[in-house]
Amino acid sequence: MLEEKCDPPPKGKAGENGPFTIETTDLTKRFDQLTAVDSVSIKVNEGEIFGLLGPNGAGKTTLISMLVTMKKPNSGSAFVNGYDVTKNPGEVRNSIGIVFQDPSLDEELTAYENLELHAAMYGIEAKDRKREITSVIKIVDLEDRLNDVVKTFSGGMRRRLEIARGLLHCPKVLFLDEPTLGLDPQTRSSIWDAIRKMKKEKKVTIVLTTHYLEEADALCDRVAIIDHGKIVALDRSETLKNSLGGDIIVIESTDTARLETAFKTLPYAVGIKSLDGKITLKVSNGERKIPELLEVARKEGVEVKAVSLHKPTLDDVFLHYTGRAIREEGVSGKDSMKFRMRAFRARRN
Amino acid sequence: MHRDLTAVYFTWKRELIRFFRARSRIIGSLGMPFFFLAVLGSGLNGAITLPGSSGNYMQFIFPGILGMVLMSGSISSGIMVIFDRQFGFLKETLVAPVSRPSIIFGKSLGGSTTALIQGMLMLVIATFLGVSINLAVVPAAVLLMVLIAMGFVSLGLVIASLVEDMHGFQLIMNFLVFPMFFLSGALFPLDNAPQIVRMISYIDPLTYGVEALRFLFLGSSSIPIAVSAGVLSVFMVGGTLLAAYLFNKIES
Ligand SMILES: Nc1ncnc2c1ncn2[C@@H]1O[C@H](COP(=O)(O)OP(=O)(O)OP(=O)(O)O)[C@@H](O)[C@H]1O
Ligand SMILES: [Mg+2]
Repeated sequence: MLEEKCDPPPKGKAGENGPFTIETTDLTKRFDQLTAVDSVSIKVNEGEIFGLLGPNGAGKTTLISMLVTMKKPNSGSAFVNGYDVTKNPGEVRNSIGIVFQDPSLDEELTAYENLELHAAMYGIEAKDRKREITSVIKIVDLEDRLNDVVKTFSGGMRRRLEIARGLLHCPKVLFLDEPTLGLDPQTRSSIWDAIRKMKKEKKVTIVLTTHYLEEADALCDRVAIIDHGKIVALDRSETLKNSLGGDIIVIESTDTARLETAFKTLPYAVGIKSLDGKITLKVSNGERKIPELLEVARKEGVEVKAVSLHKPTLDDVFLHYTGRAIREEGVSGKDSMKFRMRAFRARRN
Repeated sequence: MHRDLTAVYFTWKRELIRFFRARSRIIGSLGMPFFFLAVLGSGLNGAITLPGSSGNYMQFIFPGILGMVLMSGSISSGIMVIFDRQFGFLKETLVAPVSRPSIIFGKSLGGSTTALIQGMLMLVIATFLGVSINLAVVPAAVLLMVLIAMGFVSLGLVIASLVEDMHGFQLIMNFLVFPMFFLSGALFPLDNAPQIVRMISYIDPLTYGVEALRFLFLGSSSIPIAVSAGVLSVFMVGGTLLAAYLFNKIES
């Protein structure tokens, strides 16, 4: 797939803005009273997958819209591939590809016609178009619908077609705004593979937004957490998760006290607590630590009745970084219910 | 440059694919003009005598009806950009690495091609209804129809760039397209019209389209052909430039 054709446009004048593929300085966008993007300064390295993680309305899409020249910043600056998004939008457009969050297909056209139009606009030569279209359509598993009018597609199929379109040409920077929202697990993982492949083989720099920590985790080299238009944390996803103290493992056993003593000698286990015959502890890479913990229990002669593993989620990381966690945990069950509802809706829409 | 030509071609092609896929719309768009020509034309044929013409009312309104077909066909294809915005496709167009003028030019060509097809269908229908058409003027008529259509496509594009949503769409159709049609002198000779009507009709671009078509098909018109052809050219060029300017400023 994707072989041969990839020929990313050259980088803009280096030195104009340093070595970064994307660099923003105090980038700000206001809608009337609301500051949707608030003094965002980020630097994205060449060839990395950079995640933007945040709840609904955080400003992810608005930030991307400015980077792809669709919206003009109120203040601050942004360089993409070395070009200023306000002064040189044409060159920026020449350097990028984007999969929008909202629908952007022509429903009256067939899948093939949509892809062909895109290929032509993005400078793929006529003789290569068919081959490239065939190869991307396979990634999203829509070969048999290639000549159907998009009107007749299901929501997930449309999404897949849009992603295929995003992978069709080979930009310097690819923006993916919630690429896998509403997709089934198989499709999602094949799209993850395709994204990794873009990065690995074509050295495409990728910026993706998501609500899913697991997606950011699986794909991104670094993740920025954005809330109310501000970057509240930016780091490798491992580091972000570990800053929460890692995965939570709960073990139910016959002799809690004995196990607790034994676990306390393990260097990697933190936050060990026992309650109602259960031990709770935090470790990183929980799934790999479970066998070791069970081995410890066996040596101590304690029978383990149940084990559960809880991975930190966006809720956890988000709550942690915005500081709202503290209030919510103790005080109001209603607030946390509201938050879960929001996260749930976010997943669905 | 090469990329821009490709963009023009594919934008044009998209308009055509969409046009041919919506056959019911073609029939719908020809229904009203057919009705006007058949009912008004034949119904009033005997009742109305027009000074200066051969006295055949159907023959007289035919260029006006043709102008109506061209105008409504091309305005609505320009206005389609509102739908592109609504369904999200406009975003895809706006971030494409091609020049915006090439998109406008492609749309203008696409809209005028489809309007021309409708115009040609109208010629055929008119012949069946008994309008006599001198085949020798058809090549010149095609050029004129393209000129008229390109002007009105850009008017549609200008409106679409200014109006944000679909609610504005019906409003414009009712308060712009129909008045432009009735005031253009499509159904009555401008020479006999009251002063006030005549004044208004002179700011209606369709007036010049109808007059030029009338000159071609009937051999005479109230407005000299040089004037109407000149005004139409200015309308086309000015409209296209304005559309390109406004399109360039669109934010999603
Ligand atoms: N065109 C607009 N006019 C007014 N306000 C807007 C506009 N676009 C976005 N906003 C506001 O800006 C804020 C950020 O919106 P944005 O779409 O960037 O969020 P997001 O992080 O992409 O959210 P989601 O996860 O729901 O996609 C929201 O409060 C939204 O209401
Ligand atoms: Mg968004």
